[in-house]
Amino acid sequence: MGMLRFVLFAVFVGALCAQQSYRPDDVKAGSELYATNCMNCHGPDGEAVSGADLMLGKFRRAASDGELVGIITGGIPATAMPPSSLSATQARTIVAYLRSRAASAVADAASLARGRSVFEGKGGCLGCHRVRGTGGLTGPDLTSIGSFRKPADVERSIVDPNAEILDENRTLRAVTKDGATITGRLLSYDTFGVQLVDPKGRLVSLDRSNLRELAFAKQSPMPSYRGKLASMELADLVAYLASLKGI
Amino acid sequence: MTRIAFALVIAASAASAQVSFDRILHAGQEPQNWLSYSGGVESQRYSALNEIKSGNVKDLELKWVFQARSTEKFEATALVVDGILYTVQAPNDVVAIDATTGRVFWIYSYVPSTEARPCCGRVNRGLAILGNTLFMATIDAHLIALDAKTGQAIWDTEIAKPEAGYAMTLAPLVVKDKVIIGTAGGEYGIRGFIAAYDAQTGKEAWRFYTIPGPGEPGNQTWAGDSWKHGGASVWMTGSYDPDLNLTYWGIGNPGPDWNGDNRAGDNLYSDCVVALDADTGKLKWYFQFTPHDEFDYDAVQVPVLAQMDWQGRQRKVMLWGNRNGFFYVLDRTSGQFLQGKPFTKVNWATGLDERGRPMRAPGMTPSQEGTRIYPGPVGGTNWYSPSYSPHTGLFYIPTWDGYSAPYVKRKDEYKEGQLYFGGNANSPVPALRGLQFNNRNEEDGFGVIRAMDPKSGEKKWEFKMTEMTDSGILTTASDLLFTGNREGYFLALDARDGTLLWKVLLGSHVSSGPMSYSVGGKQYVTVAAGSSLFAFALR
Repeated sequence: MGMLRFVLFAVFVGALCAQQSYRPDDVKAGSELYATNCMNCHGPDGEAVSGADLMLGKFRRAASDGELVGIITGGIPATAMPPSSLSATQARTIVAYLRSRAASAVADAASLARGRSVFEGKGGCLGCHRVRGTGGLTGPDLTSIGSFRKPADVERSIVDPNAEILDENRTLRAVTKDGATITGRLLSYDTFGVQLVDPKGRLVSLDRSNLRELAFAKQSPMPSYRGKLASMELADLVAYLASLKGI
Repeated sequence: MTRIAFALVIAASAASAQVSFDRILHAGQEPQNWLSYSGGVESQRYSALNEIKSGNVKDLELKWVFQARSTEKFEATALVVDGILYTVQAPNDVVAIDATTGRVFWIYSYVPSTEARPCCGRVNRGLAILGNTLFMATIDAHLIALDAKTGQAIWDTEIAKPEAGYAMTLAPLVVKDKVIIGTAGGEYGIRGFIAAYDAQTGKEAWRFYTIPGPGEPGNQTWAGDSWKHGGASVWMTGSYDPDLNLTYWGIGNPGPDWNGDNRAGDNLYSDCVVALDADTGKLKWYFQFTPHDEFDYDAVQVPVLAQMDWQGRQRKVMLWGNRNGFFYVLDRTSGQFLQGKPFTKVNWATGLDERGRPMRAPGMTPSQEGTRIYPGPVGGTNWYSPSYSPHTGLFYIPTWDGYSAPYVKRKDEYKEGQLYFGGNANSPVPALRGLQFNNRNEEDGFGVIRAMDPKSGEKKWEFKMTEMTDSGILTTASDLLFTGNREGYFLALDARDGTLLWKVLLGSHVSSGPMSYSVGGKQYVTVAAGSSLFAFALR
């Protein structure tokens, strides 16, 4: 997350703090009304209409709750936003829902920022792992880890790396006929050859006919972070990794 | 047809000569040509050519590549007649190619019906030829005759209805004046058949249903009406013995595949080899490898015919590495079982009795919760051609070993044109290659070329591979064995002991059978990998 986005968050959080708090009942009722009255055009995440991002508090023509209620009930003349038959009370529950979602997003964003900080700082994860072109090569590239691993699995891999090692992340140990031992993360292997990334991040290609031994290591080279991160740090780190869904 | 250049067509015409059935019968006497799917009516996939040998095979180099205008699997084995190579670009385009340069003479483009629904890919395994006519079986169940000089259609016969699941993927077999085919569709509840067509007219000469109808012997091996949709498809080319005038065909699995509850009985002639009179289609004998199959163990391997000394006397035998994991030797005159032993890991049967009938292992049957069966649904081998070398006396099987799946059965009702499996059998090893190479686990199984001694039924040697193999095998008079694998390698082994002599990476999986021919005394070896056909010769 770049500095600009940090600044935006700060401004955003400040704006939200100026708003009132909302009752859970209203948020729930607003959620249902949103689904039946608004979602068709604005989408489930509120970003389907250009220029508006309802769940992140981004509105072109309103700032206060009252202005939003007015738009929901009265529509915006000469645009595709029609007036509705909702009462002002009902419209307020929709506003409550939108504000609630925005507050969650901000909280999430803050968590992600902290998680990234752990990843790049205290955790030292970049030494082995790469995200969007930055970091080491000896561990799996995590740029899209959130798109195929569940947060619980990511957390388990951090605190107990040996609990499950995906086949594509196995470490190979090869001993050549002249006695040299080479370990590394498996990239590819077939009947005749093996390709791996060694601990220095170098691509190594081995001819199997030159090997005396070839076996998968039973232990992951990844250290356990159990007890090394505070529970909040771990949660933030997992949240950050779960948010990585590709370039 | 696409005409590339008139002059080339003329050149092609000038070079081609009539392929009489006598030439096909004695294909071994003209090893420069490859006149039928398996190289001869005995289906040994053995070439008498010997220019390429162990001492020079390392000097093989790529001479030309034909890249198909298709991304489907390239499963066809080419024919070569006097310097012209004929093959099929998936799904059903026939291509005539200069066998020395790879230059295309003509392409006959056939557009199959949109109703075609081959279960496992829009593929074709090759052609047959008689006279100057090529024959192609299509995925929408048509048999088409083409002029080999021009690529123009002569006749087109609809064999069966594709909307009911009938399809054809095999290379036809020519016997005398007839073209013999069989129909695929075993996963769609068809009633399979083998049929012969007049090569001149395309008119049906005879038909043999692979499931007997009411009143016919064998119908009682199907409970109730289950025979109507019992599958028993045919999707690999048969063989022919001219002395006995018998044509031999392997029959596919009964349907539904993984639930035999509604088809109690042996389900003849599913999973059988049948010996038919080549003139009439009348059944002479049958041998069933897997009675009441619940594992999709089609007996669709190519029947390999050999003559050998068997316990002190010469015998006409048939060699068969079956999908069910057993390697059989049968007497092909009578169908008598001579020997059968596992050539890969098997747990569904404890062995074969004295008549060759499997002794089923207790509890080894598909279940609601899944029963782990070896071999898995692809089998111990599949359609990939084996080879028999009369020179080494060994039979070579492209083998899947250590391979299994949990077989789950469920109820299924037949609906025309819809898949009729009766369950599932999902192995970690895909039937069609798709995984990354770093995902493979040896405990999920491996591919291996097994050289079997027919006289003992035991393994003579093996060449183990990391990945499975979908490639056929070619052996030559110089004791070379050519094969490929899913990793994309094309390999030459010493047929006597399995020593690796040469390899080349072709960039995509090999799912075809290698073949060999020569032009002007120069020997070529071809194999298809990915969507291209590669031709190699000595530099």
